Amino acid sequence: MTAADPPRSDRRRLLVSGLLFGLGAAGAIDEIVFHQLLHWHHFYDRAGGAAALVSDGLLHAATWSATVAGLALLADVRRRRAFTPRTWWGAVLVGAGAFQVWDGVVHHKLLRLHQVRYGVDLTGYDLAWIGAGVLVLLAGALLLGRARTGSTP
Amino acid sequence: MNQAVGAAVLVPAALYLAGVARARSPWSPGRTVAWLAGLGCLAVALTGPLAAAHGDLRAHMAAHLLVGMVAPVLLVIARPSTLLLRALPVHAARRVSRVLRTAPVRVLADPFVATGLNAAGLWTLYGTGLLTAMLHSPGLHLLVSAHVLLTGWLATAAVLALDPIGHRRGVVARAVALAAGAAAHDVLAKALYAAPPAGVTEAEAGAQLMYHGGTVVHVLVAALLWRQWYRSRAAVRDADRAALLAPA
Repeated sequence: MTAADPPRSDRRRLLVSGLLFGLGAAGAIDEIVFHQLLHWHHFYDRAGGAAALVSDGLLHAATWSATVAGLALLADVRRRRAFTPRTWWGAVLVGAGAFQVWDGVVHHKLLRLHQVRYGVDLTGYDLAWIGAGVLVLLAGALLLGRARTGSTP
Repeated sequence: MNQAVGAAVLVPAALYLAGVARARSPWSPGRTVAWLAGLGCLAVALTGPLAAAHGDLRAHMAAHLLVGMVAPVLLVIARPSTLLLRALPVHAARRVSRVLRTAPVRVLADPFVATGLNAAGLWTLYGTGLLTAMLHSPGLHLLVSAHVLLTGWLATAAVLALDPIGHRRGVVARAVALAAGAAAHDVLAKALYAAPPAGVTEAEAGAQLMYHGGTVVHVLVAALLWRQWYRSRAAVRDADRAALLAPA
């Protein structure tokens, strides 16, 4: 963060804010909608081992830390008058998509911490879960690319 | 047992109020309220129905959250060391200030050391037979509670760094230390859910209370930490300069 090139450091801070907030928001939606409201996910279904518990704990702590840090950085970027909506939302989508893909592939399939839903055929649910993550990730990358070239909407 | 808790709560309350009365500069009433509320949390957790519910992990975890997390946040916000320095005569305050800057205090007040100690204490309590032993011995219960309070207080104080102790690390390092401590807390809660300790009832509900209650307090501490950064002189000055250079 040198005074020599403020726009670039501001842009980096804007990107970090969006990525952190997107990662955290996706984690919060997962927790509130699928764990607490729908009760599709289980707190722990005893299928995964110690590695699953450690990974879940780290990711849980990382998501809410990221939400708070992302919002603080957003407030700072706004008072620096460096906020551009397209860059920020692009970064939010990339962060949220990355969380969703990681959660779907690593937590559900590799570590078997818990599944999307119980008592149903999982194939469609897993495809939808991971596919939605990939789509959000791509949409974010597209938005970021447009923001960088500065094309008009 | 209740007399010991009563003394452990009333004596610090009286000392703090005496300090406020003697402080050389005006003292914010919010800090006094925080100190009394923090001591109130201790009284609620260590006497009455929560302390009487032996073996019920929900009651145990409610008390654990009050003693190890909620009370520490309130006691840290009350800034007791700052009050001590303002209430003592100048030469005595200087001596205390020197002690607060010695190497052992600096090491203990490092956020990574402090959160590590806190997590190690909790894993010892729930990973060994200590929990079962404590449920049957009121004296041990009080000792363990004191340890949970002190390590939780130390960890919160090191992360928020409101009192002039040691050297204050940057906001990112303190946020990472807080998140690492929280991750250890979350893993422990799910491990307790997966394999409850012997001799407790309502283990699943208790473990979930530990997990979600811990998250609420950790988010609150993170918000306080980042608010402190947002309002810090360096960040405000930096932002003012950037806003001046920004295209209108």
